[in-house]
Amino acid sequence: MPVLRIPTPLRAYTNGQSDVNVNGSNISDALTDLTTQYPALKPHLFNEGGDLRPFVNLFVGENNIKDLQGVDTPIKDGEKIMLIPSIAGGSHVA
Amino acid sequence: MLPELSRDEILRYSRHLLIPEVGLEGQRKLKNSSALIIGTGGLGSPVSLYLAAAGIGRIGLVDYDVVDSSNLQRQVIHGTSTVGKLKVESARAKLLDLNPDIQVDVYNEPYTSENALRIAKDYDIILDGTDNFPTRYLTNDVAVFLGKPNVYASIYRFDGQVSVFYAKEGPCYRCLFPEPPPPGLVPSCAEGGVLGVLPGTIGTIQATEALKVLLGIGEPLIGKLLLYNALDMSFDFVKLKKNPKCRVCGPNADIKELIDYEEFCGVPSHDHEEGSAGANWDITVTELAERVKHNHLKLVDVREPHELEISRLPNATNIPLGQLAARLSELDSAEDMVLFCKSGARSTRALELLTSAGFKKVKNLKGGINAWAREVDTSLPIY
Repeated sequence: MPVLRIPTPLRAYTNGQSDVNVNGSNISDALTDLTTQYPALKPHLFNEGGDLRPFVNLFVGENNIKDLQGVDTPIKDGEKIMLIPSIAGGSHVA
Repeated sequence: MLPELSRDEILRYSRHLLIPEVGLEGQRKLKNSSALIIGTGGLGSPVSLYLAAAGIGRIGLVDYDVVDSSNLQRQVIHGTSTVGKLKVESARAKLLDLNPDIQVDVYNEPYTSENALRIAKDYDIILDGTDNFPTRYLTNDVAVFLGKPNVYASIYRFDGQVSVFYAKEGPCYRCLFPEPPPPGLVPSCAEGGVLGVLPGTIGTIQATEALKVLLGIGEPLIGKLLLYNALDMSFDFVKLKKNPKCRVCGPNADIKELIDYEEFCGVPSHDHEEGSAGANWDITVTELAERVKHNHLKLVDVREPHELEISRLPNATNIPLGQLAARLSELDSAEDMVLFCKSGARSTRALELLTSAGFKKVKNLKGGINAWAREVDTSLPIY
């Protein structure tokens, strides 16, 4: 199974899981499986129209899926998919 | 012509002069160079200390904050003796103590579309050590428009990111993040916090990249993003490409001048006021203290469970903001309700969530439990 790495800011929605095994032969399937396992993640990844939000960056290995075939990018068993968050940095807590 | 090094400087920088990649000429290059550091906080502390120590001839510091004791867990350029002083002045004193041969120019003002180009134009390199999206986009666009490298770093809890965004040679910040997440979708504010040493690790990498770029040595992180996790002690790298559709550095860029970044990001960059949902939706801590004496009010604490160990209000129900949408059925919209968090920002977002779900009898505790601790129950700690 491919492994999807969840960044710290989104682990609140995956019960703290950092690496989630996902089923699927491409990114689209993998994300469907991920959001089926953790439905609370869905609004953070997809907009109301069901499209990937523009600030969501997914990398297969070293490469951004935007530079490959987008959500149709194929993934192999054991491949590492990284979800890269947009973090403002800093440490303000409100 | 590069400036000469004095006898004292040759001794001071002797460990640099011994490295062939730096040497006498490299050290003279550093003396001749200038770096602007946006933010004098967690990242700005190690960045400015190491760049000053390395002998960068002129360092600029932009910050408008004052040192608070809650900064000292990570902002190691400041100290207990400078609590209450301007951060830029506290930092300048420390840097000049470390290296009196350099020039430190300070800008005790928010970095904005009005002053950013003027401040940044005479520096060779910009280091982004800010803590909010509007200033990050501003810093990026300024660097693109002025054709300067922007050494970017950001941190969150145990995670850090570093890259060198240099539109002349590679992608810019907007190539990777064309637009910021909508406010409310970023849990960073809700859960916040940072391991104190994390900005040390990430800031020193940021300083390293700046020195490499200024010296013209090695392979700077241009077109590469470093992802660090302190818990796993993992360093991952991904490749970044220039985005042909980038609105500031792409071939068909349509953003040609600085914009209103607070509007673009939908969040304030320079807001130190207590979290407020607006006069119609706020309740102050003194009003709340009165009302709980006479009426039944449902108190909903939207902080994370571990924050309840620091301070809590009696009889409050804890539903962390991240779980609120899924746990609406636990709340009764017919009941008078007051939402609170640490200082009011998360509860404002919780209020927006509840009102859009049809709740009408709901208020936001302005200033959060910290305001309560300041004004009503002073036995509670403030954090």
